[in-house]
Amino acid sequence: MGNALVNVPPRARRGEIIEIKTLISHPMETGYRRSQLGATIPRDIIRLFVCTYTGTEVFRAELHPAIAANPFIVFSTVATESGTLAFQWTGDNGFSATESAAITVD
Amino acid sequence: MDLDTSRRAFLQAAAAGLGIAVIRVAPATATPAAMDEAVRKVVGASKVSKGRVTLELPPLSENGNTVPLTVSVESPMTQAEHVRAIHIFTELNPQPDVVSFRLGPRAGRARVSTRIRLANTQTVTAIGELSDGSFWSTSAAVVVTLAACLEDA
Amino acid sequence: MSARTARLLTTPALLLLATTAPAGEIPTAERRSGYELMGRETRAMQDDDTANPGMLGALEGEAAWARKTGAAGRACADCHGDARASMKGVAARYPAFDAALKRPVDLEQRINVCRTDRQQAPALAYESRELLALTAFVARQSRGVPIDIAVDARTQPFLDAGRATFYRRQGQLNLACNQCHDENWGKRLAGNPIPQAHPTGYPVYRLEWQSLGSLQRRLRGCLTGIRAEPYEYGAPELVDLELFLMWRARGMSIESPAVRP
Repeated sequence: MGNALVNVPPRARRGEIIEIKTLISHPMETGYRRSQLGATIPRDIIRLFVCTYTGTEVFRAELHPAIAANPFIVFSTVATESGTLAFQWTGDNGFSATESAAITVD
Repeated sequence: MDLDTSRRAFLQAAAAGLGIAVIRVAPATATPAAMDEAVRKVVGASKVSKGRVTLELPPLSENGNTVPLTVSVESPMTQAEHVRAIHIFTELNPQPDVVSFRLGPRAGRARVSTRIRLANTQTVTAIGELSDGSFWSTSAAVVVTLAACLEDA
Repeated sequence: MSARTARLLTTPALLLLATTAPAGEIPTAERRSGYELMGRETRAMQDDDTANPGMLGALEGEAAWARKTGAAGRACADCHGDARASMKGVAARYPAFDAALKRPVDLEQRINVCRTDRQQAPALAYESRELLALTAFVARQSRGVPIDIAVDARTQPFLDAGRATFYRRQGQLNLACNQCHDENWGKRLAGNPIPQAHPTGYPVYRLEWQSLGSLQRRLRGCLTGIRAEPYEYGAPELVDLELFLMWRARGMSIESPAVRP
């Protein structure tokens, strides 16, 4: 759980719109499933995904149980400057995972 | 003769819902009404117009556990005119909210992809929230099939 | 199988044919991976390593490959170096004969043999996260390599046993694998297309499981589906069937870790 794959182009031209792909390992337990003995398996999901670009938030997603296991989110952002794109996922039971990628913008 | 009469009586009683222990399974799905309420929470009293939003979903999903979805909103994405958020809802999942994406001019383009879960064949609705306070929506129907051989027999 | 076909197959001449070239076996030119029966979106999930959830497992496997473990304090990398080179083609040759055990073993079993014998670490449980991750990582190194199962005096009896299982009716539904996968592939069962059942992409990220899983898990699922008692993990019947299925898919390319509905 918490293992992430992030795809950010390593370079871009200033003003170019870049596509970012993110994939994180997480069961996204809905809270609606039952075990073999009939007990409800409690909800355990990622609730929030935030992307910051050199410290400024550029994208956010608020997730509910209807997001598939191993959440995959693709979004875009404008390449404004060279720097670091930071990704953070937080969720139930204190779940927290981070990943980052550097980008060179000419 | 006697057996037939008693069987008829049994069936009549059952039809009338009397004297039979009915195992009622509460459907674990929301209703279009629950979805409307979830949409109201986001939209408030504002009107939701049709258009400007495009939902790309497979018309037939191979497995309801993972249905790829792409949503886009026509917008110049400038400081003056951009998409603030995109909200996705379903009408027949156990709860109507799926995800809310918060965008802004730095997005460059209002286009997001993800993978969602669909509990049954149903309609998915996307609502785009613009910087001028207006709301736009579109819907798409998806047929959901179940895997033929389930492990927990 | 229609009653007419069943009667035809029992006439003496055709019975002979049934044991040498079973009626309905898919001709080599018509063999198709399950990939080709999937929808566009599911195929796109498999094609992109940054979007393929099975790759999350392979990533974990890469980390496990480098990690020292067991009483011997050894990592896979200590003996095998860079997996990209040393493991290329391995998954395409498994199940393979193990001289010590005197029978074929599948890739998961082979990894466990290394763990217990070389690393002096406990064997990893079937379908455990770590075993799936290591298997996915090793199998990934064979992507694009054609399946090539060694058939010789040692493996022949096990191949024959696997073949017999494939053609044997089982379970309360009294179905044999070939009835769906040789004779009715491409048609739909409960809305889903029936594949030819070539294990080109294992361990596979199955959307139904929402996780990676092994070929043995898939076979057990099928057996449950025809209402047969599934063989236990690691049972010789399962490994023999894996051997046969991989031989039946000879020449097809490994796709691991694949995505399937």
